[in-house]
Amino acid sequence: MRFLDEFNDPELARRLFDEIERLATREWAIMEVCGGQTHSIIRNGIDQLLPDSIELIHGPGCPVCVTPLGVIDKALEIAALPEVIFCSFGDMLRVPGSQHDLFQIRSEGGDIRVVYSPLDAVRLAEEHPDRQVVFFAIGFETTAPPNAMTVHLAHQRGLTNFSVLVSHVLVPPAIEALCSSPTSRVDAFLAAGHVCSVMGTWQYGPLVDAYQVPIVVTGFEPLDVLDGIRRAVAQLEAGEARLENAYERVVSSAGNAAAQAMIEDVFQVCDRQWRGIGEIPASGWRLSDRYADFDAELRFGVSDVDAPESSLCRSGEVLQGLIKPHECEAFGKECTPRAPLGATMVSSEGACAAYYQYRRLDVVPVEVGVG
Amino acid sequence: MCLAVPGKIVETRDERGTRMATIDFDGIRKDICLAYLPDIEVGDYAIVHVGFAISKVDEATALETLALFRELGVLDDELGVTGGTVGGPIPDARGGVR
Ligand code: SF4
Repeated sequence: MRFLDEFNDPELARRLFDEIERLATREWAIMEVCGGQTHSIIRNGIDQLLPDSIELIHGPGCPVCVTPLGVIDKALEIAALPEVIFCSFGDMLRVPGSQHDLFQIRSEGGDIRVVYSPLDAVRLAEEHPDRQVVFFAIGFETTAPPNAMTVHLAHQRGLTNFSVLVSHVLVPPAIEALCSSPTSRVDAFLAAGHVCSVMGTWQYGPLVDAYQVPIVVTGFEPLDVLDGIRRAVAQLEAGEARLENAYERVVSSAGNAAAQAMIEDVFQVCDRQWRGIGEIPASGWRLSDRYADFDAELRFGVSDVDAPESSLCRSGEVLQGLIKPHECEAFGKECTPRAPLGATMVSSEGACAAYYQYRRLDVVPVEVGVG
Repeated sequence: MCLAVPGKIVETRDERGTRMATIDFDGIRKDICLAYLPDIEVGDYAIVHVGFAISKVDEATALETLALFRELGVLDDELGVTGGTVGGPIPDARGGVR
């Protein structure tokens, strides 16, 4: 159990908890979409400090977690090629593929680099004209403008040794898929603040109207998350369904126009597989046809690579809020962050990893009970 | 990957037609791209995501967020300080949960 004094403003946190307690007269299930929010919630024990009637469901908003195994296998296949320098964000590099992992590929001579900014990959391509530099472009809408910029610059600078392996995913179609699923238990959504800082909030109004579900744009610091929950509960109790922005200091309704224009130029909407969930129509971006020359899948002929998920792993149910991580049989046994079966255990933004890091001792029975 | 960290713009420059900046995140300096915030100036605070400024924030908000990230121990992670050298080879140990 965590305590209020771990919040950076315990007094404000207490007021928010009290207000939620006062408002909540019925049972509500609220999904936080963003993995950063999940991390905040579990780390600070927000779900444990809330009244029992409020359940938080941890959504699919961790890009590492929803990238299909088949895409990881494509990445590993490309990374193993002798002419390739393979670049990725650090957290993606930790995800094992179906046959081998990156560390094995590196020990067999693969050249794999961690980048902080996607522009580091473009720089590497310029510095190594004799090598093929491939950037693993994954993420939600927040990461798309930086990733798109690599293609724009590579095109502008005439780089022929640069390409991208794209597996971008989009939040609104995922919310729509959850809303229209017959098993969905979600009464309200906390939308991901930084996704909205790029895309604005205008995409969410139609979802609110179509499914009569409150959507509150929320930041990911613990107090932001609490405020988002408070506003969602207030709407639910009042029988309202509105789009509300609880993160106005960062998010505007229009979003970032320059970033949207770049996305529009470089990417186009496509259907996407989500790990553990399956295909969601129009839920991702791929390179637009005019940049097909920069498509690593075409350049290295890996378009057909695919892989089945581990049969033990229930991350799909975790991502849809149908079970909590510790209800998976493999949690903490066959599946740990060092030997993850599913991607939700790999990334620190994944629900299984967050539970393992902060909650394992509470949820996995220990043999000798010492209170 | 998904956290975005606020920092203060300390210098701007043009690099082959792309507007770039040096930004200070609570003492850690990084080069970032300003292509998506063309109007931002030295002294302003911006939220930065994987090396790109994506939205402007006021100073008070920025400082509060930075202090919190430092406390939560996520700052170095997000800035890639613990993820091996930028552009360098991956670190030896498998990271697991941070
Ligand atoms: S604990 Fe592991 S096996 Fe179980 S759902 Fe989570 S990632 Fe999958």
